[in-house]
Amino acid sequence: MSESLGMLELARVFGWLHELLVDTGLGEPWVTIITYAVLAVVVFGVLAVLALFLVWWERKIAGHIQQRFGPMRNGWHGWYQTIMDGLKLLQKEDVIIATRDKPVFFWAPVICFVAAFLAYVVMPFGKDLIVADLNIGILYILAVTTFTVISLLMAGWASHNKYALLGGMRSAAQVVSYEVPMVVSILVIVLFVGSLSMQDIVTAQSGNIFNWFIFRVPFGPIAFATYIIAATAEANRTPFDIPEAEQELVAGFNIEYSGMKFAMFFLAEFINLFTVSAIAVTLFFGGWNGAILPSWLWFLLKTCGVVLLLMLFRWTYPRLRVDQLMRFSWKFLVPVTFANLIIGAIIKYAGWYW
Amino acid sequence: MPDLRTQEYMVNMGPHHPSTHGVCRLILTMDGEKVVDIEPVIGYLHRSLEKVCENRTYAQCIPIMDRFEYVTSMSTNQVFSLAAERLAEIEVPERAEYLRVIMLELNRIASHLLFYGTTAMDCGALTPFLYGLRERELIIDLFEMTCGQRLTYNYIWVGGVSKDIPPEFEPKCREAIKIIGEKLDDYQGLLNENPIWLARMKDVGILDPDLAIAWGVSGPVLRASGVKYDLRKDDPYSIYDKFDFDIPTLEAGDNFDRYLLRIEEIKQSIRIIEQALDGLPEGPIRGKVKANFKPPEGEVYCRIENSRGEMGVYIRSDGSKKPLRVKMRGGSFNQLQVLPEIVRGKGYYIADLVAIFATLDIILPEVDR
Repeated sequence: MSESLGMLELARVFGWLHELLVDTGLGEPWVTIITYAVLAVVVFGVLAVLALFLVWWERKIAGHIQQRFGPMRNGWHGWYQTIMDGLKLLQKEDVIIATRDKPVFFWAPVICFVAAFLAYVVMPFGKDLIVADLNIGILYILAVTTFTVISLLMAGWASHNKYALLGGMRSAAQVVSYEVPMVVSILVIVLFVGSLSMQDIVTAQSGNIFNWFIFRVPFGPIAFATYIIAATAEANRTPFDIPEAEQELVAGFNIEYSGMKFAMFFLAEFINLFTVSAIAVTLFFGGWNGAILPSWLWFLLKTCGVVLLLMLFRWTYPRLRVDQLMRFSWKFLVPVTFANLIIGAIIKYAGWYW
Repeated sequence: MPDLRTQEYMVNMGPHHPSTHGVCRLILTMDGEKVVDIEPVIGYLHRSLEKVCENRTYAQCIPIMDRFEYVTSMSTNQVFSLAAERLAEIEVPERAEYLRVIMLELNRIASHLLFYGTTAMDCGALTPFLYGLRERELIIDLFEMTCGQRLTYNYIWVGGVSKDIPPEFEPKCREAIKIIGEKLDDYQGLLNENPIWLARMKDVGILDPDLAIAWGVSGPVLRASGVKYDLRKDDPYSIYDKFDFDIPTLEAGDNFDRYLLRIEEIKQSIRIIEQALDGLPEGPIRGKVKANFKPPEGEVYCRIENSRGEMGVYIRSDGSKKPLRVKMRGGSFNQLQVLPEIVRGKGYYIADLVAIFATLDIILPEVDR
């Protein structure tokens, strides 16, 4: 089943580049550094294109849910609308307020943008298609994705604006609250796999569609449900988009940002959306496992499916209030996830598990 | 942390803010996320319409009235025409009265559909806004078909209406209200039982009926607090006494009841329109009115039930062709003034404030005039 056609042999490309560099007579640290730099540029390029695609896709989905077309003018169904938007943002004046906290204001979008990409170091895009298969993979992802909240807090603080500060504070409170149920939902899966490595998690679900963790009743679906709720909050999306709640805080933490700095927040948001969906696919939907099609395509298709689910949430639900959001996390999600963890542990060690 | 020092801070919400429905400025005193006190500052949209009317003839005042409350400008036309007709003792033909009722009720539905959309949007649900506007479009098309305008109609004139409806109006109108009646179920299915919507709406922004009466609140906001008061029944104007319809009231007076009541009102308006279309007589659409008629010396106050409560016009005439003094009353003004009373000291969050502001359905041109 995991046999796939036309798969990109990353190791082979990697090796070829390595040999090429050795032939030019470079020393050892430089060869490794250049090889990884090339790799980083490739991953960055793919994700930047993906983010542009997601922005367009979200607008199309929103349009069709709301009985309109969405972008239609630029190309077939407006396919290069987001590229034009990006070019526009590049050209725009970068309005900088005088009362800002200078270094913090500058670094906040940078950190947000970089943190969004860090998770892809250990993301298994396909069979053997992974930058580095760290043995603490999922833990690493949880650690680096939390960087985002620091950047949002920085943006809120440095903007010297009460709406921005409220947005930053809200985002800090929200991410801290939803990190707990998210981690505990993931722990159930880690418990069964017995490893934190992303490739190990995917391999554990190979062979049969019923090996996917989503189909392992009862803990699998519950863990997925709690994870996807927490992930919606982590990605700051409706119904949990209180940090930038337009109707309350105008734009929240990014209110004073314009031009490319704003675009960095905006793109980072969509990359985060893809990240949480990719984690969901890796943990619950068998990652890149799939028949006939190449493994990286399976990964992309499944991830887009989860992204679609999150987009449907966004265009259907109203937004929760900030205290209801906290209450929902601490009084409902946290107990449910812990109970699920206990159930999972009992099943695992009693051996009732197929 | 015993040494943690906290303090209240001020936030200027507006004049340019996405959810103040115009240019309203609210000075908020905040304790963290909670609103401690609130002071509305009005006047950013003041165009001195009342003064402008003093330099216009009565007929010329009607387009000025359109700008008074542009979401339901049929009502503003109606209330000024009614006042001028009472002052000058002008008879209105029966067909014109029927057309007026049809247009007023269509405009009420359009206003409530806009309310549905903006309220949902202020609570973070972006999709209902487009649905509300989609059905509102059917009504706006009907208005465009009749008088050529989509927002400021200038349709109801002193002594009648400006133009007769085209022949295709009636089937189109019946179709539109049928579609709207069906879509109402979809609207309610999208929001009424949504737990997030209920959590945001139920028991938030409760307006006590005594407080509402004391502050002169009227219209759907008052009826949602349990006071059965509707000028269409209590002080009938035009030909509303000929129609069979109910005045829905609800008890709780919270955000959810204010939302639900407006949905119910749409159903009642549909009933009125159906009856009016069935009974629409033939005949002239405008009584005999001179272009620059001169009403006798005197004063008159006329009021009608608008979608935002009691809308009134006071006219004083000195016997010339221009009014000596015009004063307008809009429901939004009182509802904005009662907003601090609802919010103050209850510990509502800023998100609640936005929701309350939305369900009071304030529009600012009516406040500032």
